Amino acid sequence: MLLQIHEPGQTPDPHADDRGLAVGIDLGTTNSVVAVSREGQPEVLRDGDGNGLIPSVVAYGEDGSVLVGREARRQLLERPESVVSSIKRLMGRGVADVKTVAGTLPFELDSAAAGGMVRLKVAGRTLTPVEISADILRAVKARAEAAQGKTVDRAVITVPAYFDDAARSATKDAARLAGLEVLRLVNEPTAAALAYGLDNGAEGLYAVYDLGGGTFDISLLHMEKGVFQVRATGGDAALGGDDFDHAVAEHFLAERAAALGQTTLTPAEAKQALATARVAKECLSVSGQGEWFIDLGDQPSRHALDRATFEALAEPFVERTIGICRGVLEDAGVTPAEVKGVVLVGGSTRVPLVRRRVAELFGRPPLANINPDEVVAVGAALQAEALTVGSDTLLLDVTPLSLGLETMGGIVEKVIHRNTPIPVALAQEFTTYQDGQDAMLIHVVQGEREMVDQCRSLARFVLQGIPPMTAGAARIRVSFTVDADGLLTVSARETVTGVEQQVSVKPSYGLSEEEMAVMLRASMLHAREDMELRLLTETKVEAGRSLLAVRAALAADRDLLSASELAAIETSLAALETLLTTADRAAVQAGIDALEAATKIFAERRMDRGIRQALAGVSVDQLDQTLPPDA
Amino acid sequence: MMNQETFSAAAALLPCWSCKGPVAARALFCSTCGAVQAPGQADHFTRLGLPRGFALAAADLDRQYFGFQRRLHPDRFATRSPKERALSQQQATALNDAYETLKDPLRRAAYLLRLAGRVVDVEQAGTVDDPALLMEAMEMREALAEAAEPEAVAALQAKAERDVAACVADLAAAFAADDLDGAGRLTTRLKYLGKLADEAKARRMRLTRHDF
Repeated sequence: MLLQIHEPGQTPDPHADDRGLAVGIDLGTTNSVVAVSREGQPEVLRDGDGNGLIPSVVAYGEDGSVLVGREARRQLLERPESVVSSIKRLMGRGVADVKTVAGTLPFELDSAAAGGMVRLKVAGRTLTPVEISADILRAVKARAEAAQGKTVDRAVITVPAYFDDAARSATKDAARLAGLEVLRLVNEPTAAALAYGLDNGAEGLYAVYDLGGGTFDISLLHMEKGVFQVRATGGDAALGGDDFDHAVAEHFLAERAAALGQTTLTPAEAKQALATARVAKECLSVSGQGEWFIDLGDQPSRHALDRATFEALAEPFVERTIGICRGVLEDAGVTPAEVKGVVLVGGSTRVPLVRRRVAELFGRPPLANINPDEVVAVGAALQAEALTVGSDTLLLDVTPLSLGLETMGGIVEKVIHRNTPIPVALAQEFTTYQDGQDAMLIHVVQGEREMVDQCRSLARFVLQGIPPMTAGAARIRVSFTVDADGLLTVSARETVTGVEQQVSVKPSYGLSEEEMAVMLRASMLHAREDMELRLLTETKVEAGRSLLAVRAALAADRDLLSASELAAIETSLAALETLLTTADRAAVQAGIDALEAATKIFAERRMDRGIRQALAGVSVDQLDQTLPPDA
Repeated sequence: MMNQETFSAAAALLPCWSCKGPVAARALFCSTCGAVQAPGQADHFTRLGLPRGFALAAADLDRQYFGFQRRLHPDRFATRSPKERALSQQQATALNDAYETLKDPLRRAAYLLRLAGRVVDVEQAGTVDDPALLMEAMEMREALAEAAEPEAVAALQAKAERDVAACVADLAAAFAADDLDGAGRLTTRLKYLGKLADEAKARRMRLTRHDF
C-alpha cells in the first residue's frame, strides 16, 4: 500500500471510527436502495433473499403500525386505501401541483389543508409527504444497520438533478425526521456518473440519461482524472415510468368502460388499475404481448396488450425526454457526436422503446453494463466515503434551474442562471418605486420562464424599515447563496443604512421550523437526547480542531513561552483532552474557552514575531502557502 | 528605512482564526496549523494562479480551477467544524466566480478592461455609438425574422458564430498589442454578436420544436 500523505486541512477525521457508518441512499419514486463503500469498494445492502431494492411503498395500519417495502407493496391491492406509493412525486409540491399527476388521483388528499404542503389521508391519519418519506428512510436505515451490525446515522442522499429547492429541502427534512444527518444531497445523474466513471475509467464527455419512476434527468458531464464536472443538466421532475403506467391504466379503463359501462373510480380502484398497468409494462419490456385482468368490485375485465400498442401509449413521454436531451445538448453547445458515451440510469430505461430512441439520438448504443436500479446508490455510497474518510475524486455540480426575483409587472429578474457551478453567491441591486416607501416585498422564484406566475414560487419575505427616501434613491441589495447541496439562502440589505434581513428560504410548499419541531418530537421518542448528542458531537469536533491548532502552534513557536507559561497551556490541553472522553457538552465548551484564554498571550507573541520577521525581510513565501501549479 | 515591499509584507500578515498565529493574507491554509482561511481579496487571475491576460487556454484554466477546487471544495470539509465548512464554501464560491468570469471570452474581456479602469457593461443593454455595428445588427435581425426554414436560420446562426469567433481573435490581438481603446470597442461588438448568435439559436430551436 502507498503511504498516504494528507494535505493540511485534509487530515481525515480522527474520530471517524467513533461515528456511525455513513451510507449512500437512493430514495427513489418506485424503489429505494442503500449502499456502503469501504476503501473504494461499494456494496449494495440486501435483504435475506438478496434483494437490493426496497419498494418505496408504505402501508399504514389502523393500529398505528407502519410497514415499508415488499410487504407494503403486497398490501397495495388488498387494502389500497392504507398504502402509499410514489410519494416522491409529491415532495415539495402544493395541492395545485398534484392535480396534474393524473385524472384520478391515487392519493386521497386532505382538502382541509388549503395552500402549503400537500397532506394525505391514509388509514385515518393525515400525513405530509415528508413524514411518509421519513418512514421509507427509517426502513432503509434499519436495513443498513441490520446488514452492518452498526449504527447508521449519516448519509449521502440522492435527488433528481431537476428537483427544485422545495423538493430538496423536503428531502433533507425527511432525513432529519428519520434520524439521519445528511452529509450531502447529490444529484442522481452525478452519483451515477461517479459510480460508472470510477469503475470504467471513463474520460471525456458523457451523458447520463436517468428515467426513473417519477422523474427524468439528463446531465452532460466531463470526466477527467477523478474530476466529474457537470456541464449542463435538464429534466422534468414530473415525468417518468409512472406516466407509462398511467397511460396503460387509462387504456385499460377505457376498454373496461366500453365493455361494462362507465363507472366512477375511487382512489383505491385507481391504485389497483395502476398496479395492473405496471405489471403489464414490466412484462412487455421482455415479451411481445400478454393479457391482464382488472378485478374491481365483482366485475373482472380482461385486457390484451402487445408491445406495439404499449409503445404507442408510451411514445409521447419518451419523445418529451428526447426533446429535453436535445435542449440540454444545445445549451451546452455540444453535438450528439461529441458525446463519448451515454449511461442509462433508472428502471424505466429497461423499456426497449427508451433504449432505441436514446441510441438514435446519440448515434450509438447506450452503455448498459451497469445495473440501472443500483448505480445511483453505489455512487452515493462512494461519495459518502469520500466525505467522511477522504478521496481524490471531485464532484463539481451546477444549479439545474434559474433563480430570480419578481420585479414590476410580474416579470422575473434572474439572479443566478441555470447551469451555474455551485456553491455560488450572486447579488443584484433593486430600488424603491414610490416616494417614502419603507418596505419591499422580496419574492423568490425558480424557473426559466419570464413571468412570475409561470415560475415556481419559493418564498416571500418583506424587507422592513427602509428609511424614507424619494423613489429610486434606496439601494436594496438582494444576495442569493446556493450551497453545495443546491439549497438557497436569500438575504436583502438596504445599502445606504444597512438594514438587513436574512431568510433561509423555507419554501412555500415546505414545512415550517415549528412543524418540523413538532414532528421531530412525535417521531422520535428520544428527540431531545438525539439533538443533544448531535450538539455534543459538534462541540467535540470543535474541541479537536482547537487541540490540533494549539499543538501545531506549540510545535512552531514553543520558545516564545517561559517554562511556567508552557506548563499552564499543557495543563489546559490535557484537561480538554480528558473532557473529550466525557459526554458533558457544557464542560467540553468550557475546556475550549479555557484553552483559548490560556493561549492568548502566546498568540500575541506569535503575531509579533511574524510581523518582526516580515519587517526584517525573512521570507514570507514560507508563510504564503499558495498552490503549486499542478496539484 | 524599510522599503515598500517589506512593509506590505508585514501588512499582509493576519492572525489565523484557528491557531491565532501569523498567516499571509493570501494564504489558503495556515502554514502552522493547516486550517483553511477566508478567501482574500485577489483578482480572478491571481486567485486561479494564472497570468493576467486575454489569451487563456481552456485546458490551463480547467487545470488550475480543478487543482484549487480539489483542496478547497466543501466536500473536503464535510466532517469538519462549522467554521471550516463555511470558509471552504466561501473559497469554493470565489473560485467558481473566477472560473465563470474567465471562461467566457466576453466576460473575460470586460473584466480585464475593468481591471484597467475602463467600464464595459456586458450585462445591461447600454447604448451603442457605433453606426456600423448597429446597421449590422439590424440587418441580421431582419434576416432572422424573414428566415422561415430551419436551414436558413441554421445558416444565419453559423454566420453569427463565425463572426463571434473572428471578433474573439481580434480581441486577443488588441489586448496583445495593449490597445485598450480597440479592445473596448471590440468587447461591445462581441456583446452584440453574441446576442445575435443566441437569438438565431433560440429561433432555430423554436422552429425545430424542441420541447424545452
